[in-house]
Amino acid sequence: MAPRPTPAVRVQAEDFDPGREQALLTGGRRDIGALVSFVGLCRDEDGALEALELEHYPGMAEAEIRRVADEALERWPLQGLTVIHRFGRIQPGEQIVLVLTAARHRADAFAAAAFLMDFLKTRAPFWKKERRADGAPGDWVSAKSEDDAAADRWR
Amino acid sequence: MKALYFAWVRERIGLAEEEIAPPRDVVTVRELIDWLSARDEGYAAAFANPATIRAALDKTHAAPDAPIGAAREIAFFPPMTGG
Repeated sequence: MAPRPTPAVRVQAEDFDPGREQALLTGGRRDIGALVSFVGLCRDEDGALEALELEHYPGMAEAEIRRVADEALERWPLQGLTVIHRFGRIQPGEQIVLVLTAARHRADAFAAAAFLMDFLKTRAPFWKKERRADGAPGDWVSAKSEDDAAADRWR
Repeated sequence: MKALYFAWVRERIGLAEEEIAPPRDVVTVRELIDWLSARDEGYAAAFANPATIRAALDKTHAAPDAPIGAAREIAFFPPMTGG
């Protein structure tokens, strides 16, 4: 059994390059059979949204993502794991979050990536505020009960 | 201890963080919420619906009945909407 990988976790304002992150994870490896890459993007809500302001709890955001990543490593035999989550002002079309999971077989990589996203949404301390294109005061995005249900299915 | 507020909890209270010194009979997270709510209408508005408040002790999620104990930092915020 290969040693458990150390997850790469970053919380940053800057954008990220999924191709570069993938190369960092797989570079020089010959044992990886499946790599799943998930990118969450800011959508424009049919033109109504000008931008999202993502607030986070520094320190806890990284710690909580690491706790979720450790849980994923307990559940699936992953060979590598990268999570990047941005904060600050993000405009439609821009990237918000990246999850990379590498495993010998695709089922583990797919399942771990879905698990990570479901738990990041309900446990990582980030909050989105909408900036509306029409200049009206935007509101905080409400947590969705579907997201809680999505996280609950892993229990 | 240090109290931190995020998102609309921060906006309603009007502060991002402050030092607080709750009395000894404030033992749990829920009791601390009740104690803060009694301060003024901003706190009362922030904590009006306890079902929408999440808390963390020293950067770890904490349930309403969790004892504050020797925690140095407590944070209050709405349900998370990252991802």
